[in-house]
Amino acid sequence: MSTAAAIAPASIEAVIEGLAESGYISNRQSATAIYLAHHLRKPVLVEGPAGVGKTELAKATAAYLRLPLIRMQCYDGLDESKALYEWKYGKQLLYTQILKDKLGEGLRGAANLKEALHQLDGIEDVFFSERFLEARPLLQALRQPAGAVLLIDEVDKADQEFEAFLLELLSDYQVTIPELGPIAATVAPIAILTSNNTRDLGDALKRRCLHLHIDYPDAKLEERIIDVRVPGIEERLRTQLVGFVQKVRTLELRKLPSVSETIDWARALVLLHVDELDAQVVRETLNVLLKYEADVEAATRQTPAMLSDVRWNGRPN
Amino acid sequence: MKEPIVGFLAVARNAGISVSTAESLDAFAALDLIGYGDRETVKDSLRLVIAKTDEERERFEACFEQYFGSLGLAPDSSSDAADSSLRDEDANDAAVRQTTAGSSLAGMLLADDRASLVRNLHAAAAAVSVSDIRLFTQTNLFARRVLEELGIAALDEAIARLRASGDPAQARVAEFLDSRRQAVRELARDIVEKRLALSADQRGRMRDEFLRDARLFNVDRRDIERMRVLVRAMARRLATRYARIRKRARRGHLDVRHTMRKNVAFDGVPFRTSWKRRKIEKPRLVVLCDVSGSVAPLAQFLLLFVHSLTEALSDVHSFAFSNTMIDVTATLERATLDDSIVAIMQEIGFRSSDYGRALGEFEQNWLRLIDRKTTVLILGDARSNYSEARVDVVQKLFERAKRVVWLNPENRVAWGMDDSEMLHYLPYCHVATVCNRLRHLESIVNDVLATP
Repeated sequence: MSTAAAIAPASIEAVIEGLAESGYISNRQSATAIYLAHHLRKPVLVEGPAGVGKTELAKATAAYLRLPLIRMQCYDGLDESKALYEWKYGKQLLYTQILKDKLGEGLRGAANLKEALHQLDGIEDVFFSERFLEARPLLQALRQPAGAVLLIDEVDKADQEFEAFLLELLSDYQVTIPELGPIAATVAPIAILTSNNTRDLGDALKRRCLHLHIDYPDAKLEERIIDVRVPGIEERLRTQLVGFVQKVRTLELRKLPSVSETIDWARALVLLHVDELDAQVVRETLNVLLKYEADVEAATRQTPAMLSDVRWNGRPN
Repeated sequence: MKEPIVGFLAVARNAGISVSTAESLDAFAALDLIGYGDRETVKDSLRLVIAKTDEERERFEACFEQYFGSLGLAPDSSSDAADSSLRDEDANDAAVRQTTAGSSLAGMLLADDRASLVRNLHAAAAAVSVSDIRLFTQTNLFARRVLEELGIAALDEAIARLRASGDPAQARVAEFLDSRRQAVRELARDIVEKRLALSADQRGRMRDEFLRDARLFNVDRRDIERMRVLVRAMARRLATRYARIRKRARRGHLDVRHTMRKNVAFDGVPFRTSWKRRKIEKPRLVVLCDVSGSVAPLAQFLLLFVHSLTEALSDVHSFAFSNTMIDVTATLERATLDDSIVAIMQEIGFRSSDYGRALGEFEQNWLRLIDRKTTVLILGDARSNYSEARVDVVQKLFERAKRVVWLNPENRVAWGMDDSEMLHYLPYCHVATVCNRLRHLESIVNDVLATP
């Protein structure tokens, strides 16, 4: 993969096309964000409801630019040792044990304690060198020779300390390891951060990012997405299904169906050899689309009305 | 082309979108890359760089449309339809060219060069320092100055010469230029009006300062929108400050005992370290908010504030009461601000208050929420329409909770007068204070959050 040189997108249209080839149908706004991110080397903060393809965007970008995707999932309690680097304590300990004699020999020549300490200092540097450094995702991303797409997923789940720590990385694309000094990226990675907005991110982080808000797609875009992701779906079913989902999204539900759920539903319907939506099919498969009992009930009540609308519109002329 | 963008960023700033210098630079870098050719792309790029929240995105849309809507960046079809039946051969006619040679403005109009036109308009506006405009009565004056600077006189002369020539082609061009001259006038007026709006917004900053100190009871209707922005900003500020306090408490030291115990297996070599962690005490906040008729003007600010707090802090229980008490935590969390305020006010707002009954209901249903970590925040005037005060409930709160804070919108002298029960409640409040200005609200809540 990395043998083919990384691609530099020539225009926004090229990005749209490239993402489409990787199976991601993007709108112009998303493509613009990727285009700018690549050329300005600025991280992109992607926000939006769950399941609209925030993570997918990063994956497709990596595939399109032919760069390795390095993913870091954030969670409460994530810290530097898991995100950036860790010393291989076990290996260090093991090596010191094995090399005990060698160390003793090295120190034997020392005339006094001071000298011995001095010699020991030199040895210690060996143990805190790259050899014993366990690179975690962020460091890995910086060290990729051709650059990388760094996906920092659900950054809102991490604590504020971690967010602050990301600042150095995202503005200068370098990190500081106390024992080794600053490590700068060979090629600045394209950083894509996603957030579900469970908490407000700090202003400092926001300022450093491009802000992309992905919302539920409109009917046209969603149909194209279904078309790509669920090959073999009948056009009529696709139109009806997307129309129905769009209607469901206007209801007051606890969790609105996302694109990924539309895709799941479409797949389920294709599997069931359904070629037209009717009340029974909807009733039986609605649990694919909606994940809460109360939501399913609410939607079932509205089903006949929504269905008649959709089928009317779905009819050719 | 930078000038209109600089102008736009200024407008965006005034509309409440925070655009830092770094972001301005980013905006220019993005536009350098993308070019100014396509309006939608320019809009997309600017939105990506400067709009950071849903609210800001909304404002961005409005600003962008307002600012670039009629500046001629977009091909305006309306003026093209009827009068622009100018044929190329007319425009390129040698005689026409010669007659209009004196006016660069005419040249731009004939070539339909909108970009240069807009650029020149902005240059002219800068030259006559339109940004000095302060009053709307100055609009005409400044518009005329801009047009003069732009060379409208030369254009008029050119039109006159074209008309005088008697040649039909030249007459047609004259007609065309005349109609375009009108469009240019409108553009100039437009620029001046926008600058006026801009300087008015700058004065708005002073108004913000004033509003912070204004009494919440008599905020002008026109200022309410602004006030809301201020309250939200305040809540956010409090939330971040509070977050910082929590962080400080979290930083630990090496827990030597625990580390040794954990590493017995490794011969006491500190192989796995363990760190001391101070327990983080999250302040639990229970807010009781009076929304009865007597404090109605204030109630919406209080609710607004409670809503913002709910967004900022994790453990807030909120109740609203007039003659009865309801739990509004879920409403405030789920619905948008306006919807929830409307819903609450519809349900129990504007009634006459009955503190006794409301407190009684609280005791019955929700007293178990109060433990020694809880801070109780009561917002209300303690005017109970001579009904039973149920001081004993407040006493219970006082005994159970960490702190009871009473914020009363009335001045201290009015406490205890007429039907005010404030003096009876007073002994059972850790803090009781007057709160009818935004500044009060902020400093009090700051204290509540900061106490460990």
